[in-house]
Amino acid sequence: MSFGSGSMTNSISEIKDCKLIFLIGGNPTEAHPIVGLEMKKALRKGCTFIVADPRKIWFAQHSKLYLPVRPGTDNWLLNSIAHVIIAEGLENKEFIKTRTEGFEELKAFVKDITPEKASEFTGIPAEDIRQAARLYAKSEKSAIFYTLGITEHTCGTDNVRTIANLALLTGHIGKSSTGVNPIRGQNNVQGATDMGCLPDRMHGYQYLSDAAVVEKFEKAWDVKLSRTQGATSPTMFERMDKGQFKALYVIGEDPVMSEPNQDYTIKGLKTLEFLVVQDIFMSETAKYADVILPATSFSEKDGTFTNTERRVQRVRKAINPIGNTKPDWQIICELSNRMGYKMDYPSPKEVWDEIASLAPLFAGINYARIESNGIQWPCPDTKHPGTKFLHEGKFTRGLGKFFVLPYRAPAESPDKQYPLLLTTGRTLYHYGAGTMTRRSAGIIHKTNDCFVEVNQQDAQELGIFDGEMVRVASRRGEITTRAEVSDKVKKGIIWIPMHFVEAAVNKLTKDAYDNITQTAEYKVCGAKIEKII
Amino acid sequence: MVMIPKVKLNIDGKTVEVNKGKTVLQAANSVGIRIPTLCHDPRLEPFAACRVCMIEIERGKSSALITSCNTEATDGMVIRTDSEKVLKTRKMVLELILSDHPRDCMTCDKCGACKLQDLAYEYGVRESRFFESPGGGIEEDRNPVIQKDKSKCILCGRCIRICAEVQQDYAIDFKNRGFETETGTPFGKSLLDTTCVLCGQCVSTCPVGSLVEKQAVGKGRDWEFKQVKTTCAYCGVGCTMYLNVKGNQVVKVTSKTGSIPNDGNLCVKGRFGYDFIHHPDRLKNPLIKKNGKFEDATWDEALNLVALKLGEIKAKYGADNIGVFSSSRCTNEENYLAMKFARAAIGTNNVDQCART
Ligand code: SF4
Ligand code: SF4
Ligand code: SF4
Ligand code: FES
Repeated sequence: MSFGSGSMTNSISEIKDCKLIFLIGGNPTEAHPIVGLEMKKALRKGCTFIVADPRKIWFAQHSKLYLPVRPGTDNWLLNSIAHVIIAEGLENKEFIKTRTEGFEELKAFVKDITPEKASEFTGIPAEDIRQAARLYAKSEKSAIFYTLGITEHTCGTDNVRTIANLALLTGHIGKSSTGVNPIRGQNNVQGATDMGCLPDRMHGYQYLSDAAVVEKFEKAWDVKLSRTQGATSPTMFERMDKGQFKALYVIGEDPVMSEPNQDYTIKGLKTLEFLVVQDIFMSETAKYADVILPATSFSEKDGTFTNTERRVQRVRKAINPIGNTKPDWQIICELSNRMGYKMDYPSPKEVWDEIASLAPLFAGINYARIESNGIQWPCPDTKHPGTKFLHEGKFTRGLGKFFVLPYRAPAESPDKQYPLLLTTGRTLYHYGAGTMTRRSAGIIHKTNDCFVEVNQQDAQELGIFDGEMVRVASRRGEITTRAEVSDKVKKGIIWIPMHFVEAAVNKLTKDAYDNITQTAEYKVCGAKIEKII
Repeated sequence: MVMIPKVKLNIDGKTVEVNKGKTVLQAANSVGIRIPTLCHDPRLEPFAACRVCMIEIERGKSSALITSCNTEATDGMVIRTDSEKVLKTRKMVLELILSDHPRDCMTCDKCGACKLQDLAYEYGVRESRFFESPGGGIEEDRNPVIQKDKSKCILCGRCIRICAEVQQDYAIDFKNRGFETETGTPFGKSLLDTTCVLCGQCVSTCPVGSLVEKQAVGKGRDWEFKQVKTTCAYCGVGCTMYLNVKGNQVVKVTSKTGSIPNDGNLCVKGRFGYDFIHHPDRLKNPLIKKNGKFEDATWDEALNLVALKLGEIKAKYGADNIGVFSSSRCTNEENYLAMKFARAAIGTNNVDQCART
């Protein structure tokens, strides 16, 4: 990584004091409403907004500069901003000299990436790109915020690094209200990653490639650990596809709804000899299970979540488990005991104590300390107050590293047969596959059906009216849904939210993944719309 | 660091030092002196409409009554928050507000959490010299989450201001003038037909029973609820909120100003998206598929079967033919145990989250 850590470098409470916010590939008013409110506070205090998004979202309407970037071309936009910063001498020379490496390589690389060239790919006027570069570089407190619009691409990691280049060029990092901030989508995705639910690392970012780590855990857990590299979820599905994978234990996830290319996911699950699903509702995935284990909701258990600003916060049991359900932690323990590996914890508190004792990043956090307010990691000891913003004075990896990253086209672009660019996202009123929100009377009153946003001009050419039911198809499948015709999306682009089982957009999306994080490319594929006659 | 200059003033005989720019109300609160308020919400700009935050300030030989919520604290101020003059005037202000307010606390959902009720009690306002029977009542609105009772509105403007200042949504406003003044949507439209995003921020700030959570109406009152502090389970912001529980049921969700990171704000999902907890579709028993159909099972049957099957598959094909998907919806502790289970109990590093978003 560019800095050595992939989390928000600032805190939510710092947002209101930003002088410039560059929002790229994220729609906080809908996906992270309370972060949206903090940004609105900044807006009231005169913060300048630059918004790069294919859709004219709320902040785009209130921005100083709106850059309607074509999905999949963020690389051109970001590299050309770097070009302008260097060409106009706006870079922070002192910062580059003392805290970074690889500047000369980047300089040579972006030399030819002019705003004019970038304009051809992104669809953004060259002058706007120049303007964005100047505003960003010159502001006293510039912060970049991004979400899935940046990461859900085959070049997701490249995009993140290209963003980091801008912060390193200008020194807009490691200070309050100044930095680079990915906002996490689902509630505890930060925590799931922190806790080592990834094949290559233990919790607290302790990599298994380090023999000392493996030995440390063998001792602590009193078990011999496998040295074989683990498979990511896309690799597991690939192996299912080849009939080379036998059993899966799915806890609280719904891959049939959330993975791209639904047909392929279902086919894979069907090849398994044994599928266990643990959830609170009968999910689409659970239908293919051999055994379903009923779990409790967050209101029926104790524990912690870690939010997008790295804050470990308490979840508290408010009611007794509904019906015959059990909390996930208890089910896992009981299963482990039956499999001959003892897991014996009176409550989640003792689990946390073990977590803290085995990871320096969380060592200073315990339930007593987070009784009233959560603590932001890193927190190495119980005297440490936690860390509000990262990389002050020094990066986690030492020097900040510039990355030279040429444009890579999406795995599938629109063509003659599927001429529209389909991109996906989330709405304010729903969450994930909608299993929770769609069972909420309060919420379904506002929106309870799927829709596709279509540009006016495209709609006219296709003879489609606002509100009409249409068929949307890609190489992988088709769905029927309602058309919402407006100028919110640019011509040639359509947008569909991902929460609806009956019109699951992941029937259409492509199972192509980022080369490093293996995040799926939900943001770009070719599609077409047809009238239903 | 920029140094903010300080000011020193005297409140009820105590010397108080605060940053320049703070209000008299904030200065008093900072040393634990309580001044009652109705139209004030720390999330909003001062509005000074209700006048209950009245205090007395010395001006040479005489003194003046001013509202503390919008008066900046300055050097040398001498202030009394509890003089006879203050208390008498405050009582009169309350009488005026109550003159136009229904007396049906016995059936009001806000009873016990109502600021006006508390103040009327504290100041012993039993009768109002000005009583007028208020018009209006509960408004019909198709929206499923917010209930408005016009007759209870004290026109403090908090709902309007939070919608405009914090939410920046401008769905509601003051309407009409004089005695006819009321708050609401333009032309009395349903909230569903406006720009309203159903965040319920207006409900969260209403000091009286004029705006309440519709789904919780009749399900309990403040003193009956156990308020359990927890973290929202929807998005990565992780708002701090309180589940209001009666019996074994989550009746409503609230938050408190000052809470981290949301300062008492919540969005529609966090505030109103809780009824899935008690939805009849919740899975209630372990299920085992037999001949293509799911049948209820006991925990022992289900867990034994899973352990047996995973054991068999491991023995036959090797541990690396088994995988575990954990979830961003589970707690840290559960995610840790899930990965420990994969690595220590099964013996594979095949552990991942499938939605890495
Ligand atoms: S619910 Fe939110 S948007 Fe709607 S009127 Fe109230 S504050 Fe405004
Ligand atoms: S509805 Fe409530 S918050 Fe709004 S003006 Fe009336 S009393 Fe104040
Ligand atoms: S209340 Fe809304 S913004 Fe806050 S964590 Fe929940 S879903 Fe996210
Ligand atoms: S609180 Fe000061 S006037 Fe209402």
